[in-house]
Amino acid sequence: MDTESTYSGYSYYSGRSRGSHRHGERSRDRDRHKSRNKDSRSEKSVTINSPPAEPLLGDSSVRGGEQVQDDNWGETTTAVTGTSEHSLSQEDIVRITKDLEDSVGLDCRRYFTLTLAVVMGLLVFLTPVAFLVLPHLLWPEKLQSCGTACEGLFISVAFKLLILLLAVWALFFRSPRAGLPRVFVFRALLAVLVLLFVMSYWLFYGVRILDTQDDNYQGIVQYAVSLVDALLFIHYLAIVLLELRQLQPCFSVCVMRSTDGEKRHYNLGQLSIQRAALAVLEHYYCDFPVHNPALLSASKSRAAKHLAGLKVYNVDGEFPAALAEGPGNNAAAGMAHSQSRAMIAAAARRRDTSHNELYYEDAEHERRVRKRKARLVVAVEEAFTHIKRMQEEEQKKTPVDVMDSREAAQAIFPSMARALQKYLRTTKQQHCHSMESIQQHLAFCITNNMTPKAFLESYLSAGPTLQYSRSHWLARQWTLISDASVTSGLSDGCVFQLKCVDFSLVVTTKKIPYIQMSEEYIDPKSHKFVLRLQSETSV
Amino acid sequence: MSNFIPGQPLVAVVQRIEIKKLRQGDNLILGFSIGGGIDQDPGQNPFSDDKADKGIYVTRITPGGPAETADLRMGDKIMQVNGYDMTMMTHDQARKRLTKKNEDVVRLLVTRKSLEEAVKNSMGGYQRQ
Repeated sequence: MDTESTYSGYSYYSGRSRGSHRHGERSRDRDRHKSRNKDSRSEKSVTINSPPAEPLLGDSSVRGGEQVQDDNWGETTTAVTGTSEHSLSQEDIVRITKDLEDSVGLDCRRYFTLTLAVVMGLLVFLTPVAFLVLPHLLWPEKLQSCGTACEGLFISVAFKLLILLLAVWALFFRSPRAGLPRVFVFRALLAVLVLLFVMSYWLFYGVRILDTQDDNYQGIVQYAVSLVDALLFIHYLAIVLLELRQLQPCFSVCVMRSTDGEKRHYNLGQLSIQRAALAVLEHYYCDFPVHNPALLSASKSRAAKHLAGLKVYNVDGEFPAALAEGPGNNAAAGMAHSQSRAMIAAAARRRDTSHNELYYEDAEHERRVRKRKARLVVAVEEAFTHIKRMQEEEQKKTPVDVMDSREAAQAIFPSMARALQKYLRTTKQQHCHSMESIQQHLAFCITNNMTPKAFLESYLSAGPTLQYSRSHWLARQWTLISDASVTSGLSDGCVFQLKCVDFSLVVTTKKIPYIQMSEEYIDPKSHKFVLRLQSETSV
Repeated sequence: MSNFIPGQPLVAVVQRIEIKKLRQGDNLILGFSIGGGIDQDPGQNPFSDDKADKGIYVTRITPGGPAETADLRMGDKIMQVNGYDMTMMTHDQARKRLTKKNEDVVRLLVTRKSLEEAVKNSMGGYQRQ
């Protein structure tokens, strides 16, 4: 059935609609990683608008725009205004207030599932030990003494438990990458399987060994060993289900950004839709050039001009059933089919020269960018010639004023600052780079002996989102919009959307076709050639 | 020049041409150039109808030379030289046959498309009668 599951800010945190199993994805069947870095990328559940970008050569006294590394963001942050490129809409305000209410509830739920997982892990781990120790505590006099083979089994149990502990640490003790909307099905299944398994073992133990006070200690030890063996096999099953199954690529997904049409293709294995969305997002941050809303303003203004050109008035006095508007109203918002057709026809007849303007504007812009770039390159190259790396011996010989890389960067920065600022303004990137970040990058390049061209590369073209400062990893909160249930697997032709505040990523899936390969043997001696001549002789 | 079937006798309308060699310095020349041969690439022959035809063709006639006076034309296929068959010859063998130093005169049998058409037209006229 068509279920649209939206994972948006408030519904994720509301405890009403979803049960505690919702966070079962976090319940692992072993111990969990206890110290979780709350500042990690996935943990930030609300990202409010970016702080105002520092103007390049503006007053450096205004440095308070840095994003507060906040652990108590729920109490302190409300809204950030200023020169940011986002405007705070009514929707955002509602969402923020709801987040503030629900944040406390969320933390409790997360810690609840964490403790649940820890308790279950401890229970499972201590079960074999309990099986071995309980007979000694309850009926020590009746118990047969442990022979050699039996004591050998003790070593086996100890080492298998150690291996199990290491394996669980390797597989599950990892900080969570993200919070997914629905429970991670395989993990929940594995947790249930382990619980059932351990319960059945306890049941058997309780009935057949504790009640009858069995005195064959070797049999009990073998029983505990079989439990540990089975736990290792369940761990193997966990590896296969959680890690190995999705490695072989099965689907090719095409990810397209809605604002500027940037498209990438990735190969994914058999994953559920939410895990596929997570994989896509991780690739997004590395591959897609950063979203720059300033580049979209031109097309928006053109669109606005087209709309503003013609207005359609309904002067015939009819009241179409769909529109409850009287005559003389501007029907541009809810146009009937005939009216839109009339509008298109009129627009076609009108002499529209906007394509001309666009062409010349583009040529002019191209020229301007190239001119600024030439000036910038010259300025940077000249600035770099002022700096020379000083060798150790020279330093002892001539005691001149030496600087470290940061001071060197600050020394040469003013000579190129103006050209760089003008270039960034022309290419509409000035909000991505603050003066502080540019100086840091310059110091970095100087330390690592980079050429001026290497320094400039990060400003000449837009890089992936990860390259910019943390404030630019804007949307760490994403909404997954899908027709099919998000825990169902990817299928051919499945389409889902990942929405954030500014734009959305549309993901389409295609199945990788079955490839039938056949073999052909060519004898290396069979490569023979002739000359194709056409000579002409005069006789 | 009509389509030949390998292994079957070839039927063609030929013309007898007798060329007297001209002495130029130390050489006896005939005044034309040949192309083709069984060791050559027949697909590049501009004069043949059938691009698999590996026969010897006249590719150029020197103006005013003995070949021109003898009414040899460009595009002719040489079928026989002095009685020797030229349809299955390598290029070099053909050249040697034509440039034998002890022969003053070469008698060629050549075929061309216009000959076939002329015969067809005359025969057709005869049949209509």
